[in-house]
Amino acid sequence: MADVVMRIWRGDSEGGEFQDFPTQVSEGEVVLDVVHRIQAEDAPDLACRWNCKAGKCGSCSAEINGLPHLMCMTRMDTLPTEEPVVIAPMKTFPIIRDLVTDVSFNYEMARRLPPFAPKDPGPDGTYRMQQIDVERGQEFRKCIECFMCQDICHVIRDHEENKEHYAGPRLFIRYMELESHPLDTNDRRELLREEMGLGYCNITKCCTEVCPEHIKITDNAIIPLKERVVDASYDPVAWLGRKILRRTKKTATEAANHRTDPKPVKASQ
Amino acid sequence: MAEYEQIDLDVVVIGAGGAGLRAAIEAKQRGLRTAIVCKSLLGKAHTVMAEGGAAAAMGNVWSEDNWKVHFRDTIRGGKMLGNWRMAQLHAQESPDRIHELEAWGALFDRTKDGRIHQRDFGGHRYARLAHVGDRTGLELIRTLQQRAVALDIDVFMETKILRLLKNPSGEVSGAVGYHRPTGKMVVFTAKAFVLATGGIGRSWKYSTNSWESTGDGHALALWAGADIIDMECMQFHPTGMVWPLSVRGLLVTEGVRGDGGILRNSEGQRFMFNYIPEVFAAETADNEAEADRWYEDHINNRRPPELLPRDEVARSINAEVKAGRGGPHGGVYLDIASRRSSEFIQRQLPSMYHQFKELAGVDITKEAMEVGPTCHYIMGGIRVEPDTAASTIPGLFAAGEVAGGLHGANRLGGNSLSDLLVFGRRAGMGASDYADSRTSGTTVDSTEIERIIDEARAPLAREGGENPYDLQRDLQETMQNLVGIIRTGTELTQALSEIDALKERVPNLSVNGGIAYNPGWNLATDLPAMLSVCTMVTMGAIERKESRGGHTRDDYPKSDPAFGKINFVQRLNGSGECVVSPEPLPEMPDELKALLEEGAH
Amino acid sequence: MSTQEGIRPAPVPLVLGGARGGPRVRTLRRDSWKRSPLITQGYLLLFVVYATWAAFQNSNYYVGASSHRDLISPFYSPCIGASCVPGSHGSFLLHWWTYSPALVILIIPLGFRVTCYYYRKAYYRSFWHSPQACGVADGHKKYTGETRFPLIIQNIHRYFFVLGVLLNIMLTIDAVMAFRMPGAGGIGVSVGTIVLCANAVLLWFYSVSCHACRHLCGGHVNEFSKHPVRHGLWKIITPLNAKHMQLAWVSLSFVALTDLYVRLVASGIITDPKIF
Ligand SMILES: Cc1cc2nc3c(=O)[nH]c(=O)nc-3n(C[C@H](O)[C@H](O)[C@H](O)COP(=O)(O)OP(=O)(O)OC[C@H]3O[C@@H](n4cnc5c(N)ncnc54)[C@H](O)[C@@H]3O)c2cc1C
Ligand code: SF4
Ligand code: SF4
Ligand code: FES
Ligand code: FES
Repeated sequence: MADVVMRIWRGDSEGGEFQDFPTQVSEGEVVLDVVHRIQAEDAPDLACRWNCKAGKCGSCSAEINGLPHLMCMTRMDTLPTEEPVVIAPMKTFPIIRDLVTDVSFNYEMARRLPPFAPKDPGPDGTYRMQQIDVERGQEFRKCIECFMCQDICHVIRDHEENKEHYAGPRLFIRYMELESHPLDTNDRRELLREEMGLGYCNITKCCTEVCPEHIKITDNAIIPLKERVVDASYDPVAWLGRKILRRTKKTATEAANHRTDPKPVKASQ
Repeated sequence: MAEYEQIDLDVVVIGAGGAGLRAAIEAKQRGLRTAIVCKSLLGKAHTVMAEGGAAAAMGNVWSEDNWKVHFRDTIRGGKMLGNWRMAQLHAQESPDRIHELEAWGALFDRTKDGRIHQRDFGGHRYARLAHVGDRTGLELIRTLQQRAVALDIDVFMETKILRLLKNPSGEVSGAVGYHRPTGKMVVFTAKAFVLATGGIGRSWKYSTNSWESTGDGHALALWAGADIIDMECMQFHPTGMVWPLSVRGLLVTEGVRGDGGILRNSEGQRFMFNYIPEVFAAETADNEAEADRWYEDHINNRRPPELLPRDEVARSINAEVKAGRGGPHGGVYLDIASRRSSEFIQRQLPSMYHQFKELAGVDITKEAMEVGPTCHYIMGGIRVEPDTAASTIPGLFAAGEVAGGLHGANRLGGNSLSDLLVFGRRAGMGASDYADSRTSGTTVDSTEIERIIDEARAPLAREGGENPYDLQRDLQETMQNLVGIIRTGTELTQALSEIDALKERVPNLSVNGGIAYNPGWNLATDLPAMLSVCTMVTMGAIERKESRGGHTRDDYPKSDPAFGKINFVQRLNGSGECVVSPEPLPEMPDELKALLEEGAH
Repeated sequence: MSTQEGIRPAPVPLVLGGARGGPRVRTLRRDSWKRSPLITQGYLLLFVVYATWAAFQNSNYYVGASSHRDLISPFYSPCIGASCVPGSHGSFLLHWWTYSPALVILIIPLGFRVTCYYYRKAYYRSFWHSPQACGVADGHKKYTGETRFPLIIQNIHRYFFVLGVLLNIMLTIDAVMAFRMPGAGGIGVSVGTIVLCANAVLLWFYSVSCHACRHLCGGHVNEFSKHPVRHGLWKIITPLNAKHMQLAWVSLSFVALTDLYVRLVASGIITDPKIF
């Protein structure tokens, strides 16, 4: 049992302040356990999100000592206890109350994403893909939508005005997943350049540093996307290649409107 | 007068887990004005935690597999208590539902010839679980979520439904709830409602379930007059973490055993060989050598006893610990370290590896894990019509964990995820058809709405009352100690009176703070549902005087064939009290009965 | 109040921003986040100062037959100016260029490294302070990233990659030439030989691990199973690419050390010991 002071942000859109909760920590506890105990004993109205308590749902994101972490996966014994443990809400998103923020920015950016547009399945109504074809995308699908990468990204963390035209690292991995999907028929490169703000990212890698799923967001998604955008927009040789091979690329508007209706799976039996 | 926003739609789906999302997708695809309401953010529902996989007889790994074998496994695993028609639809339709996910963007692990890979799980005769590593639930919910977003379905996140409302002619027509971020009240009116609210495990102290699993849907349906069945059938997962205390109950996936992990007691004995029940004796290995050969050769060897259905394994662990052969923290040892290479473990079970490493400081490639049973899943639920998922009251449909019937007295691993897809879709179809043909209006009584709102807000106004967290803790203690994995008549009656005493304390709850995002208040509104659900579980458990599947009575340790032919149905009587009545199971057609006999190895 | 028929309720509020929580401070971090950008800054400055000095020397970059060696500094290869030392196997391509050839040649590695995705990160953090460290406010009023001139030019990185590869070929030839021991038994190995070889190898590793290389070789393919060769290349490059940062620093340091070694030998401060 160790004594520690938890310094937790209390407040809403009107303002707020840190409140200190002295508490005792027992073996193996994570930050979320301590927050729960404070809820149950001292402050039942202390707002925080959580669901799984196992690092699987991405609900409990908060900034612990200045950097975003999942509260349920941060063990107390990894934090220095001589000084108070400072817990603040994610900074980039509007505050709702205490540790809870309004993360609708991320849902809106997900809504703006042109969805998966598959080609037609094989004759038996199913698709064939090799493990090597799906592995690249599977890394991105590990994302638990904790939005900590969005939170730490300075493009919107420090520049509110960029939110209108910036999808953010969480969505960039989703774009990369679809752009490299063996079955997808859309081409979102111009859209990424013109409207989703891929060029705003300066690959400083904070997103990769905070990702609890250890997704290599910058190396495996953002930079490959930037290279694909170079193919589409900046590389004269690629342009020439397209002309010669009579390939086309989709404009941002075409990409945004492109849909293929997935064929209904025909009933077996 | 209480203020509230009113929103009118065709179909309202309550719950955004696999079942809710699939139902909403179906309704929206059929052109209805559809909305989803859920307590958390979109994509955080409990389904996200499922690990192992989704069972579907696609026959990709074993071409011998087909819906008939899956049907047989489900009914036998459910100890003959399952609804035959649901089991049939489930077995027949789940392959299509899985393939459909792929057309919506899911990326399952593949076989060599490029089809969806399937893995072994307890109780399934063939490798049948479509999976993505050990994070299948995440894949499932994300795929459905992205499909729902593509279809532009309205989602009311962090909105909690408190009560269902009926119109004067008795059809479900509305739902009252509140937006958690603001605390503002909202009333949804619609032609059809689908309940997909998931499980009830939050009322037990050690549980794999999240705060959302308070059994709201079970209670909402009961209060609205629907029939609820089989509530005594709870599944305790055999392997939950037991140490450190803060993570006690957290799931250790069955995949550990599927991939070679074995159970030992403190004396180092592989004790599962002592607990092989008669029914499974023919297909279970009785010596270590054969059990170990099975992993390589399924055809000529019988499966290891560690892969018996969950109820058997959970009971055996419990018995070992009771006999004093448990570890220091009251569990037994699950050992994969001494049986598989470190690389194998890290590749096959990445999230288990991290879970133990980060939360318990245990390296599962080097040491055994200490595990014990934990409350996991409720087989019972709202009684539904198999083909349409309609409940017994008009206008209300149910799918997923909140619906009862498919799993009988014990659910096989992996059958839940495919259940969500198959019956989520059917609920969406049923609700759409109903909404299309419904002629009566959706007027709801505003005085009733105000009464519900006042009641919900009462704890906020009350001063100096009881902290809801204390009440929840006491309820969890009661259920854990008295309505746990092994039950006795006297303890159950004691539990019932304790729950009644807890109910008395509800009108005295008080919470401080405002209405905006107040977890204390949220818990206060959860408690009535939790208490109702616990009552149902306990009452059902008292009535079922036998042991069957997830329900084990110390005073009636044997299965009784007479009980195997009945469901215990619970509903409100005229004066609003919950009553239990035994009702016969629907009769299985002969051709399906024949499937149960045929080829039992 | 009730929403009317037909008006779509907006469950996802369209406000993207709003009042934020937490205290208004630059950062809540309490670890030593300033250290790493300072080290990067210091190291890069050190290199730039040395490279500039070395490039302006226009002497002592070649150890020739008089010392029974054939060693050229990577800063001066291929020697393409009018002022090149005879024997320094360069082509006298730019006859009118009378200044140090290094000033021309270095444009390629400089451009390659300045537009390199890793170095971008390094100098955006340590010099531009956008951001200096994660979770530390960048302090700039406006931020447009790489969407405008001049930073939009970063997109030409793949051309520098190609030029870099050509240069690597030159340096590889230099490394092979370094086995020549004119007038002292034809062929042999000296410390200088090893230094030049190691330099060339490290530069190859750096180039091969480049993100543009990874993309051009296989990353652009969507269906790997249909393109086994490209997938094979991509599979080889990917683990190297994960070490691109380390390779960037090691190869950078080694180029400077190679130049220094050749310089010391050429100016007679040390002699290049022959090993066999
Ligand atoms: C750790 C773990 C691992 C598992 N692994 C597997 C596995 O490998 N294979 C398998 O088949 N099954 C597995 N299961 C079981 C399976 O995941 C669940 O049974 C299933 O996900 C339940 O899905 P659902 O759609 O019914 O409900 P849930 O996913 O629980 O969703 C319930 C939804 O209802 C909403 N809700 C609840 N009450 C209200 C209310 N009052 N108002 C508004 N909304 C409400 C919630 O917000 C939530 O969105 C596992 C379960 C756990 C806990
Ligand atoms: S690498 Fe790009 S997306 Fe990631 S945090 Fe930095 S600027 Fe944002
Ligand atoms: S990419 Fe990583 S950090 Fe970003 S939302 Fe997903 S899991 Fe979180
Ligand atoms: S509670 Fe689910 S990630 Fe922390
Ligand atoms: S050289 Fe660094 S990314 Fe190309």
